[in-house]
Amino acid sequence: MSVAVPTAALDPRIGVKSMRLRSIWRNLPLKAKVGALILGIYVFLAIFGPTLAPFDSNATNPNASGATGPSIHHLFGTTNDGGDVFSQVLVGIRSTVLLGLLTATFATILSVVVGVTAGYLAGAADEILMLVANVFLVLPALPLLIVLLGYLPRSGELPTAVVLSVLGWAWGARVIRAQTLALRRRDYVMAARETGERAWRIIVFEIIPNEVSLIAASFIGTALYAILTSVALAFVGIANISNIDSLGVIFYWAQSQGAVESGWWWWYVAPGVTVALLGMSLVLLNFGLDELGNPRLRDTAGKRSVHGRRHVRPTEPTPVAREQVLA
Amino acid sequence: MTGTALGAAPVWIWPFWAFEGRGHLRFILRRLAFYVVAAWAAITVNFFIPRLMPGNAVQVLLGKYPSLPPDAARTLSIEFGLGHQGSLLHQYWAYLGNILQGNLGISVGEYPAKVTTVLSQTVPWTLALVGTATVLSFVLGTGLGMLAAWRRGGRLDQALPGFTFLQATPYFFIALLSIEIFSVNLHWFPYGGGYSLGLVPSWNWTFISSAIVHSILPATTIVLTSFAGWMLQMRNVMITTIGEDYVLAAQAKGLSSRRIIFTYAARNAMLPNIAGFALAIGFVVAGALVMEIVFSYPGVGLTLYNAVTNDDFPLLQGIFLTISFAVLLASLLADVVYVLADPRTRTQEAY
Repeated sequence: MSVAVPTAALDPRIGVKSMRLRSIWRNLPLKAKVGALILGIYVFLAIFGPTLAPFDSNATNPNASGATGPSIHHLFGTTNDGGDVFSQVLVGIRSTVLLGLLTATFATILSVVVGVTAGYLAGAADEILMLVANVFLVLPALPLLIVLLGYLPRSGELPTAVVLSVLGWAWGARVIRAQTLALRRRDYVMAARETGERAWRIIVFEIIPNEVSLIAASFIGTALYAILTSVALAFVGIANISNIDSLGVIFYWAQSQGAVESGWWWWYVAPGVTVALLGMSLVLLNFGLDELGNPRLRDTAGKRSVHGRRHVRPTEPTPVAREQVLA
Repeated sequence: MTGTALGAAPVWIWPFWAFEGRGHLRFILRRLAFYVVAAWAAITVNFFIPRLMPGNAVQVLLGKYPSLPPDAARTLSIEFGLGHQGSLLHQYWAYLGNILQGNLGISVGEYPAKVTTVLSQTVPWTLALVGTATVLSFVLGTGLGMLAAWRRGGRLDQALPGFTFLQATPYFFIALLSIEIFSVNLHWFPYGGGYSLGLVPSWNWTFISSAIVHSILPATTIVLTSFAGWMLQMRNVMITTIGEDYVLAAQAKGLSSRRIIFTYAARNAMLPNIAGFALAIGFVVAGALVMEIVFSYPGVGLTLYNAVTNDDFPLLQGIFLTISFAVLLASLLADVVYVLADPRTRTQEAY
């Protein structure tokens, strides 16, 4: 839903919002629905996880003798010093989700500003801005992050999010620029310009509303990038590792305490699956958005036996009639 | 963007320059100009990092390595632009000169070894492992994407959402799992390292076979975690291409399926993948670096990790520069392949 909401809110044709929202939800591809549901659970856990956690995530048990596997008391098992992995995961989700959200917000704003400016102005400004974007794309982000954050004192979410977004805006900017370039040649934009509309009005009211799905896709992609990168950074030890408050830090301690050699699989499988599910919800959402924008990608599994005939040739026209009727 | 970004890589990644070619010369010149700027940017970022950081990096190092001779401290402060050695511009000029001569400074963690010496021992390992794994994953992913698109809704195509799990998973998590399963439990493969302990790197069969056995697990993990991105993009573009009229025409002529797949549909559908290769190589390399850390593979990634834990700033900078240039080079290669694969970049008329 988190994606459907802005789409609906910015669509000028929508009159009765709640009804339209429901119909948008119904028309979303299944993948997007599943993704949105999982993401919703994560957002819930990000808000209430620390309250729900049965133990203190930093607490240890001095009497603990090695890590113990999952049990009724410790759903995801314990660490080698008696910490509760389930509580650590519940607490850690907040920081990881927050970092993804912050980075995606900063980076998307940056890529919309650069992308729309480049696409709308075209010419020399476009060339220069896209040159900068391409340079940012080619510079390997993770080593640069490791070098940068290696110099910086171990820092919290905000500095990491800022560095991540400075390195992560370029992809979105390129995509948005391409779309803007296509839109500015459209008749209605030309007409708006002829009638003397100001540039900012054309951009805000004519161009950006038509790029919402693209912007949403770039937002989701950046969030995924931020989450995976920040987890990897913490795993390598480039984060504040003294407090167990993010999913990456759990990995760091699991690895450094030899969880793999000792066979304490639950210690890293729990945060691993947690991150993977979060990531998958984002990938599924993006899949859904892609399908929404490109009807040819839609699932045609059900179409394979049309009129009792199996193996429909791939070149047959894509079935989009149903959506067209509804629209 | 990491494997991530590659994963989220949408269908419409089409290189903007592909549409603007007015002759291949212009195309090549544009790209060359881009690479010059990118290389300059990497060098300049590297120059400014230690200068923008709060505190005195040299003091930190001296505190950490009390045994560093005063000579080394002086070299370091020159390198990091501390103390009085003329204007920033002057320092920058000297730094550029050093880079051009291949002088990357001295590693403090492995004093008095030169950064270039440390790198020359680690780069071949990474090149062999990551290079092979990346090419394999590209070929495998593109091939499977082709098949999935052709047999639309078939078994492979339906398994695709399952692959997204791989795509959305942290690389190193899969690596940890594979170590647990295949080394710790099954003892099929050695756990970590680049070769058996006690062996001296040399060109004899004992050493090479040991190196190969040690590289199987890391390489498989890299391929496993990165092929889904190529596959997804290839599948999506290929589906669009298959819907084109010229493919229908080819079918109407009664050409064989194989001919249609490879010479009609795939050849065109592959172009965004090749262009994407130039852009995504950085992400793949970044993921592979973390992989090296997990497997204690004696390549650039592990050295980077050790440099971070030792606060070995000169080595850190050297590694960043090396990786940047490697990525630029790989990207340049992909560009050359692109020009060869897409005749439109070579024709005189604008597309």
